[in-house]
Amino acid sequence: MTVATQPKTQATFRALKCKECGAEYEAQAIHVCELCFGPLEVAYDYSAIRQRVSREKIQAGPHSIWRYREFLPVTSEQPIDVGTGVTPLVQANRLARRLGLHRLYIKNDAVNMPTLSFKDRVVSVALTRARELGFSTVSCASTGNLANSTAAIAAHAGLDCCVFIPADLEAGKVMGTLIYSPTVMAVQGNYDQVNRLCSEVANTHGWGFVNINLRPYYSEGSKTLGYEVAEQLGWQLPDHIVAPLASGSLFTKIYKGFREFVEVGLVEDRAVRFSGAQAEGCSPIAQAFQEGRDFIAPVKPNTIAKSIAIGNPADGVYALDIARKTQGHIEAVTDAEIVDGIKLLAETEGIFTETAGGTTIAVLKKLVEAGKIHPDETTVVYITGNGLKTQEAVQGYVGEPLTIEPKLDSFERALERSRTLERLEWQQVLV
Amino acid sequence: MSVKVLIPTPLQKLTNDQATLECQGATIAELLDNLESSCPGIKARLCDEQGELRRFVNFYVNSEDIRFLDGRNTPLKEGDEVSIVPAIAGG
Repeated sequence: MTVATQPKTQATFRALKCKECGAEYEAQAIHVCELCFGPLEVAYDYSAIRQRVSREKIQAGPHSIWRYREFLPVTSEQPIDVGTGVTPLVQANRLARRLGLHRLYIKNDAVNMPTLSFKDRVVSVALTRARELGFSTVSCASTGNLANSTAAIAAHAGLDCCVFIPADLEAGKVMGTLIYSPTVMAVQGNYDQVNRLCSEVANTHGWGFVNINLRPYYSEGSKTLGYEVAEQLGWQLPDHIVAPLASGSLFTKIYKGFREFVEVGLVEDRAVRFSGAQAEGCSPIAQAFQEGRDFIAPVKPNTIAKSIAIGNPADGVYALDIARKTQGHIEAVTDAEIVDGIKLLAETEGIFTETAGGTTIAVLKKLVEAGKIHPDETTVVYITGNGLKTQEAVQGYVGEPLTIEPKLDSFERALERSRTLERLEWQQVLV
Repeated sequence: MSVKVLIPTPLQKLTNDQATLECQGATIAELLDNLESSCPGIKARLCDEQGELRRFVNFYVNSEDIRFLDGRNTPLKEGDEVSIVPAIAGG
């Protein structure tokens, strides 16, 4: 089963530790505590990290998530580096003006490499660790983006791959997986059912499931979304972040990333507010937030935002806790608002995001309108996926090309017609 | 009545490495008591000190989460499949 022995560097992590009861385990392919079923997290030696890192060393490191490797749970000298991470942090002035904000940034993982979503971060870490632990086959339960990423990076690393997705995913997400020739199991059910099936399968074939038995390593990859924003803001934390909530893992790991940078002295401490975005058709965390509950009641998803349609979110309670203790908010928006969010970001910033990003922009707008984001707060919105993968969601809402003959007068007539249409639209807005 | 129970890896040390067990019980609550008699110690893993199901473990009866059914009072019938699954997965 062992692929190859990788040269090792001295690790900055020592064990896995239960987030609930504190029990410790060897850093193997396990993800829950045997005693209480709590999630296992990687335990680091922060004093060792503090000694090894500096702003200069990070800046001189690779142009990828591996510039932060001291904070990531791998030991290989050569981690799997496909250029993942260090995506643009765009100052979104036009969107900010439209909403009435002064300092708004978009962290644009719609252009993350190689598969155009933040999942490449977590998968790069998970597959590096999978290789270290001797797995030759990797797998995942996915709403689409993760399957794309696992299949692509497994292909690059020469690992066998079998992914599980709900059977009703968007065409772009299915194609964007099949092209890498993994085995694809399209499960007749929703994501929560896929997830349960994968939990049952996880340890039966000796596979490394990135978001099940490798989940403690995998989820750490999302911390790089925190590190990069801090570095790109000139080694400062923002005042407020808005991110999509599916399982809640990304949200909690951005928080952890910020806290670790403070812990080792790379940035000054600052209170960062954490706000989360869900689709109304699948909003178990937003519902718990609004009702003041400290537990999550699972729901059956029904929304176009399939990539975040998790009715039974693993880290829901932790996301809830972070939003509350940082004075953030968790809001939900309708499918129509999600489509408007996708269009608003495209029209103001030239970024075409998928439904999860539309949800996040729509929630940003809702929070600003409700006075829950102050115009002077430095606000960072996390856009985690690419719109080309969920074209079905906006089909019918984006107009059509003007078909013309290859003749000057045909062009002039069409241009006149389009200007008339534009004027009519303006008049409608004015009325 | 006899039901099939799928045991997750973290509990298999208590079931002699068995991934599935046949067990009796008219409800999930009864099933838990019967599991405890055949695999001592298993109930304490699944329930907290107050006897409530732990928040990081999910039970499914024929693939349906018991929180959409009747929780620990969910009735069981002959041939049902009960799956015990750690809540922490996915995303």
